[in-house]
Amino acid sequence: MTTGFEERRQESAQDRIQHVLHDRPTLGPLAVLLLAVIVFSVINTRFFNPENLSLVLQQVTVIALLALGQTLIILTAGIDLSAGAIAVFSSILMANLAFDAGFPGVLALLLGLVFGTLMGAVNGILVTRLGLPPFIVTLGTLSVFFSLNSVVSGSETVRGSDMPAIMTWTGETIPIGSFRLTYGSIIMLLLFGFFFYLLAHTAWGKHVRATGDDAEAARLAGIRTDRVLLSVYVVAGAVYGVAAWVLMGRLASADPNVGTEYNLDSITAVVLGGTSLFGGRGGVIGTLVGALIVGVFRNGLVLAGVQVVWQGFAIGLLVLLAVTIDQWIRKVRA
Amino acid sequence: MSTQTPGEGEVLHRVELTDRTPVMRARGLVKRYGRVTALDGSDLELYPGEILAVIGDNGAGKSSLIKALSGALVPDSGEIWLDGEPVHFRTPMDARTAGIETVYQTLAVAPGLDIADNLFLGREERRPGPLGSIFRMLDHQHMRSEAQRHMGELGIATLQDIGQAVESLSGGQRQGVAVARSAAFGSKVVILDEPTAALGVKEGNRVLQLIRDVRDRGLPVILISHNMPHVFEVADRIHIQRLGRRVAVVTPASHSMSDTVAIMTGAAPPPPIE
Amino acid sequence: MPRSGPYRLAAVVLAVSAVGLAACSGGNDGRPIIGLITKTDTNPFFVTMKKGAQAQAAKDGIDLRTFAGKIDGDNESQVTAIENLMALGAKGFMITPNDSRAIVPAIDRAKEAGLAVIALDTQLDPAGAADSTFATDNFTAGKLVGEWAKAKLGDRAQDAHIAFLDLTPDQVSVDVQRDQGFMEGFGIDVGDPNRIGDENDPRISGHDVTDGAAEGGRTAMENLLQREPDINLVYAINEPAAAGAYEALKAAGKADSVVLVAVDGGCPGVQSVKDRQLGATSQQYPLKMASDGVTAISKFASTGARPSNPAGKDFTDTGVTLITDDPQSGVESEDTTFGAENCWG
Repeated sequence: MTTGFEERRQESAQDRIQHVLHDRPTLGPLAVLLLAVIVFSVINTRFFNPENLSLVLQQVTVIALLALGQTLIILTAGIDLSAGAIAVFSSILMANLAFDAGFPGVLALLLGLVFGTLMGAVNGILVTRLGLPPFIVTLGTLSVFFSLNSVVSGSETVRGSDMPAIMTWTGETIPIGSFRLTYGSIIMLLLFGFFFYLLAHTAWGKHVRATGDDAEAARLAGIRTDRVLLSVYVVAGAVYGVAAWVLMGRLASADPNVGTEYNLDSITAVVLGGTSLFGGRGGVIGTLVGALIVGVFRNGLVLAGVQVVWQGFAIGLLVLLAVTIDQWIRKVRA
Repeated sequence: MSTQTPGEGEVLHRVELTDRTPVMRARGLVKRYGRVTALDGSDLELYPGEILAVIGDNGAGKSSLIKALSGALVPDSGEIWLDGEPVHFRTPMDARTAGIETVYQTLAVAPGLDIADNLFLGREERRPGPLGSIFRMLDHQHMRSEAQRHMGELGIATLQDIGQAVESLSGGQRQGVAVARSAAFGSKVVILDEPTAALGVKEGNRVLQLIRDVRDRGLPVILISHNMPHVFEVADRIHIQRLGRRVAVVTPASHSMSDTVAIMTGAAPPPPIE
Repeated sequence: MPRSGPYRLAAVVLAVSAVGLAACSGGNDGRPIIGLITKTDTNPFFVTMKKGAQAQAAKDGIDLRTFAGKIDGDNESQVTAIENLMALGAKGFMITPNDSRAIVPAIDRAKEAGLAVIALDTQLDPAGAADSTFATDNFTAGKLVGEWAKAKLGDRAQDAHIAFLDLTPDQVSVDVQRDQGFMEGFGIDVGDPNRIGDENDPRISGHDVTDGAAEGGRTAMENLLQREPDINLVYAINEPAAAGAYEALKAAGKADSVVLVAVDGGCPGVQSVKDRQLGATSQQYPLKMASDGVTAISKFASTGARPSNPAGKDFTDTGVTLITDDPQSGVESEDTTFGAENCWG
């Protein structure tokens, strides 16, 4: 027996595109990435060689990691303005624990990771216990973490040569032909795989999405949304801690003055990857694609000999396009 | 799932109900918010296999009553029994665990998740063996087939792709998902809060049919509604709430719609409760 | 979720503590008040500047009040700082403007109120808006490393392949002056000296921006090397950008064959010169800028003589020194021992 809920409607080509994009939000960004790769390869043949592609991957690794944590938070309809600050401060803590306090490298890294996680937990506690909007909370902790960062570091860079080798190990490369893969990139890709699995195949992943989608509905469905939110900020803090380690490998130093632009860059990658700022929709694979888009544009435009002012212009247009598409596909109806 | 014998539903409309054991019973529920008294010693009985409509003017305490029964509100005093056993719900989850499923007016579905995910939201099933216990992997396949089955039992599965996002469904279809969820997991009672309020005529009627289907499968239903024609169409008994208490219980056979409304608004004296 | 309650509470707590802080920092013991307003208080350059000012203030018996913008480019906070200093009855202040043009109206009001104003490190626009400017001659700073690089390359200078790692796309004055100074020193026709990128010397392999940071330096160097693998000379706006560029060169196996120069003279930079990662750097002296500034304003406080620039100049040069352990004939330089003794940060 059927109560006959079915309703058939003529679908236009536009509707179909809207539906496809709605079901697979990664498709759009992937198309942009492929198109960009093709165009840049045609403009300059040097673009599409393994060495250059490996550089692009290296260049996006830190931002991709920050954007990974950021994605989890944005999926809950939150936002984290302190992502870069947590990563940079964690790297400073790691470096100074090893350099000033003389801790063994592994211990310094682990403690730094713990601090990163704690900073995430601070955000999470403020968001869940006090019920403050994530934007305000992380705007505040952004300043707090950067200030503490200045105090702890004395605004001084710790050089890689003054640290145990393990601290900058993430910058070491494995040559695959002329493609140079860093350990940092491998860690980054493994983490993306891990979180893809968590989001797609565990109850936690469903709860994260449901919480971002409609927190009240999720709560009424029996989900402890406060716990889910807290867990997301804590986990994101841990991911930023890993990013701190990768950052030290990339720079062969721990520099307290980097990272002011990392916060927004990570949000850019998430948005370009098709994750909705309104929560619930999107995922980590899109974010990886989004980060790659930024890297490919930056590298490709330089190789094409385009003046540097136009890099920011191009990325800005892409962001606007991505947000517009997101708005459009969110309106999908059967 | 039910202790009911076949054909009982038919009889219900006519027989005296007082000698039967209620599935759910509430006595003297009181809830105050500062000086405002939302519940002023409210009672309720729900018998096996019936649709009990709860009606009342705005501020009569319908919502508070339902919240108390579904664990969303802890009454200041009063008692609730489920199958004769006293129960004390502190959270919605407590009520759910006890077998009471509620479909809130806000639907409580996650629009971005698909039908299967929504049906199992908050009680996902993991894969057997180490994949589930160690890797916490969800059993998508099983949940989908179960979802398909539940939707099918209520006659709303044949057309929908179970992997379709709920936001791409119409209002009635979403209501269908929410009702299917409560029917699938409610072992004792299903509570529906204004299920037809946001729907057009056609979709409203389909949801009413769904409600009958749930009852016919043996689950008693508490239906809160403003819509008198809907109430009179499906309800076996009608609980009238006024000024924080139950003032009368009527049936569509014993009272006309206008009499009922008169009692509800205080324009007519309530008949004695049997 | 109860949102408004705790939120309002938090706002009240914040407001109360802000008022409390303001009240605490009042109080003055009759010493003349002088202000120092830096771009930010995190950059080691400004941290050093603050140290220099504090040391001099202690010596001269000055009550030094320091302020800073929240981030690079934060004009608003600097305007507020000026207003606060006027309210405090300060004799004058030093400022590293975040926005050389937008800050001028506030400066004018301060001068009308009788305060002496000294710009540090960065000129105002117009430069005459300040009584005096104590700054590095950034064009000379660039020119020194340009001359050094030319001498270092010798014959190879004729067909050099040069990468320019600039600051931002906005053509800000420090960026332009250093970049163009380098070109001048190296013997490249700069065209318009107020503009980066209008040159057509074939030896220029490309420009990219770094935000003056290691990450930006590394990425920019990697990308430019992909376009022009033959690059053998790199100019960097500052030492952090150069440090990033060095990592890129090292990864590409070119650390030894490419000559890298920068401007700044911070302690990590001098160390890089010593380690031969950096060929040469131009050292500037933020400590001197600030201490000279304090001296000039305290003189104004006691004698009423307004600070001024040397005749015919629109700023007072606080000096710049080429630091290298690989001196070239015809280019005056000091070694890294001198550099380390005089470095900042």
